Amino acid sequence: MTTTGTYLIKGASILGGEASDVLVRDGIIAEIGHGLADGGATVIDATGLVALPGMVDVHTHLREPGREDAETVETGTRAAALGGYTAVHAMANSTPVADTAGVVEQVYTLGRAAGWVDVRPVGAVTVGLAGEQLAELGAMADSRARVRMFSDDGICVHDPVLMRRALEYVKAFDGVVAQHAQEPRLTAGAQMNEGDVSAVLGLTGWPAVAEESIIARDVLLAQHVGSRLHVCHVSTAGSVEIIRWAKERGIDVTAEVTPHHLLLTDDLVRSYDPVFKVNPPLRTDADVQALRAGLADGTIDVVGTDHAPHPSEHKECEWAQAAMGMTGLETALSVVQHAMIETGLMTWADFARVTSTAAAKIGRLTDQGRPIEAGEPANLILVDPAARWTVDPFKMATMGRNSPFKGRELPGKVVATFFKGHPTVLDGALNTPHPEAAATPSGAA
Amino acid sequence: MKHLLSTQDLSLSNAIRILDTAEEMSAVGEREVKKLPALRGRTVVNLFFEDSTRTRISFEAAAKRLSADVINFAAKGSSVSKGESLKDTAQTLSAMGADAVVIRHWASGAPHRLAATDWIDAGVINAGDGTHEHPTQALLDAFTMRRHWARLAGTPSEGTDLKGLRVAIVGDVLHSRVARSNVWLLRTLGAEVTLVAPPTLLPVGVEQWPCSVSYDLDQTLANGVDAVMMLRVQGERMNASFFPSTREYSRRWGFDDNRLRALDDLGMTDTIIMHPGPMNRGLEISAAAADSPRSTVLAQVRNGVSVRMAALYLLLSGDSREPAATRAPAYTAPPIKESI
Amino acid sequence: MTSVTSAPVPARVVLSQADIDRALTRIAHEILEANKGSRDLVLLGIPRRGYPLALRLADKIAAADATVDAAAIVGQLDVTMFRDDLSHQGTRPPYPTKLPRTGIDNKVVVLIDDVLYSGRTIRAALDALVDLGRPRIVRLAVLIDRGHRELPIRADHVGKNLPTSSAEKVRVRLEETDTPEGGTPVNEVVIEGGA
Repeated sequence: MTTTGTYLIKGASILGGEASDVLVRDGIIAEIGHGLADGGATVIDATGLVALPGMVDVHTHLREPGREDAETVETGTRAAALGGYTAVHAMANSTPVADTAGVVEQVYTLGRAAGWVDVRPVGAVTVGLAGEQLAELGAMADSRARVRMFSDDGICVHDPVLMRRALEYVKAFDGVVAQHAQEPRLTAGAQMNEGDVSAVLGLTGWPAVAEESIIARDVLLAQHVGSRLHVCHVSTAGSVEIIRWAKERGIDVTAEVTPHHLLLTDDLVRSYDPVFKVNPPLRTDADVQALRAGLADGTIDVVGTDHAPHPSEHKECEWAQAAMGMTGLETALSVVQHAMIETGLMTWADFARVTSTAAAKIGRLTDQGRPIEAGEPANLILVDPAARWTVDPFKMATMGRNSPFKGRELPGKVVATFFKGHPTVLDGALNTPHPEAAATPSGAA
Repeated sequence: MKHLLSTQDLSLSNAIRILDTAEEMSAVGEREVKKLPALRGRTVVNLFFEDSTRTRISFEAAAKRLSADVINFAAKGSSVSKGESLKDTAQTLSAMGADAVVIRHWASGAPHRLAATDWIDAGVINAGDGTHEHPTQALLDAFTMRRHWARLAGTPSEGTDLKGLRVAIVGDVLHSRVARSNVWLLRTLGAEVTLVAPPTLLPVGVEQWPCSVSYDLDQTLANGVDAVMMLRVQGERMNASFFPSTREYSRRWGFDDNRLRALDDLGMTDTIIMHPGPMNRGLEISAAAADSPRSTVLAQVRNGVSVRMAALYLLLSGDSREPAATRAPAYTAPPIKESI
Repeated sequence: MTSVTSAPVPARVVLSQADIDRALTRIAHEILEANKGSRDLVLLGIPRRGYPLALRLADKIAAADATVDAAAIVGQLDVTMFRDDLSHQGTRPPYPTKLPRTGIDNKVVVLIDDVLYSGRTIRAALDALVDLGRPRIVRLAVLIDRGHRELPIRADHVGKNLPTSSAEKVRVRLEETDTPEGGTPVNEVVIEGGA
């Protein structure tokens, strides 16, 4: 193993609990205690900071290969590190689509070469996301990228037979199908949540039932074939109810919610500013409340950013012309702190569960989302919960300027990110990539 | 008034100011010299991303009667259809010195984008955007109704509203920008609006609108109505299963000869029939209804020029040196909607 | 446009109700004299206060000449759309233009306004008139001439010449236009402000 140096983190509140010292040495948490001697280690004063496991994003669009004008693995993972992430799942809707071992290995290698976080490619369920024929899921699972999550995200696997087969097939390698739940016929031309606001704005509605009907079908399919289902970006109160029902019946389903769906509502669309255009769309206040409650009680397992950078010309246009999606990696922690912790719905320990532990489990990442204990891999972050900052998309590391939180003041700032023992972020700014990166050839394998 | 984007944010006093100004403008149309120097030296651009000869020439006539220079910019066959963005087009017009942009666009909200961004500093008039709004159409409809209502009351229409007027808006409300603009404006002016449509052609969320909803045109007529506004129905809606057939549609929701007779039988001698045009004769309105003395279709066209003159005048005659901060509704982060 | 301000400004009354009435009586006789009678006479008031003044003058002319039907010779001429400051002032909604049934072609039109100042309103009125017809003669009658002309325009009939400084405001208050809701009618001319 490449040496990553020794760091003594002094006085960090672990998961918001007691202040302790954490000694990080050679990629591992060497020791936790009080008054640890520095012994030549670089000392980081963490008074007032919360230590959390490095965040794991189950849902990131890194755009590379194919749309390097929107984001690259390098810029996207820098953004991830700044946002407190030590691992991201890169969605498959690149160009070419990540539907072969070759493409997922390329993304994996680019991630290793960048060295900011673990990049875990998500494989496409169907060839070219076309929803017609299963992609070579086994080959992707067996590749160096060791793909465990498969998704046509952006597009719903709407054919029930194909969905059934995918759910069955991934059992062979403990995979999971992450469904983008959107009934296509009910959402043809859809522009925003269907409801009071769409009626006034004259924008084609995206009804909640189009999401809920697919989730209902899929949990029943997962039950029937005894497989594992993950539901991407749950956005409606009805979806939460269905997932709660499914979990009560013992169905192996996990679900994710985005930060923006925990905070924003379709009222914002009244501005017609496409920065608020996203899929699934922003919903109503009642949905936001149900999603928060679902995340707090464990019905929803994880927060996934659905980080979706777009070049500015895809947002500086008419609403109907604009691309769907929002950036999220660098605001997720703050938004979740604001929506869940400052509202008293969750503790920092819960935060660690929904942003790290549960996410790593879904993606079957063995060295991420681990407890902060001696002997564990040193993927951890230091957060200043008292900090407040104003979101400025032009100061972000992501190439995407499409943050819906632009101009808002949010709490919480990532002060440091330790990725496999190396500080990728220090003093709230990018430091250096993990030294292993230098040893990794870039480009496709 | 810097822009005219929607009737939803139009106050009662502003609405009446536009209608009263339109009355004065309409007097000009009856003079020998049908021209006023008010907008001399000002440039009005008609920016049309969607064909609409009627609306364009109405705005063109209005601008010319006020002595403005008019530039017609049709997006079809221009650089716009070759992929030039709304932003680039707006910046081009800005560089040409446009003082007002009259925009017709197939995308809901496009005029709001022009007004809210810094792409162009000109006043923006929404001449119909997608299935959102068509404020000058609603204003000319209200103008037509107000004249009718004042005549019945034996008073001049200046300064009056539409309190007590019962209006039925009939047809494809879901896809109608005319219906939306009319619902908000008529409510502001005090009229009572009933939407009559097949349930498939009403938007989800219509129950929040300030009007009542009916599926039964005959019942609505029998309940008493002072103005019936028929909306254009696109035949292609049939293919999307909004209704089973055009025959069935016109039987249930068309203004046919039977319903024309019913108005007489019900003794509603003063009820007018309106249509924003262009009409599908035989589909949503019968030829006899369209040509009956009750029909205000041509008066609506005439009044359209007066109302658009009023809108252009009120938009462009304000103080052009007003500080920028008080003008554009530049987008700032709205308060976060959440509970603690 | 004159407006009633609530801020306490030093104001002095320069014309009382009786002064206004006397001035209008004199102007009425001057108009008849200049026109050698009431033949072809049309009085066009410029909104807002020129119109009630025109009505008052017409009544006085009718009182002096029994052949005159006061209502038949008075009209209102809106000049809003002809102003040269439309893009600098706040938006002004136009007032109706109402001409006497006889029209203005070949008539002797007397324009009536409350205060003559820069002359720009009258310039606009002359342009507006041209679009409406071709009077034989156009004259101008004003209640107050306060000087400071910016155009070569002068009044034929003046109620009172009032030397003022530009810093001062001349306020004409007439019961027809300036009576506050439920308040007492007032007819007076005051000067506000100044050094």
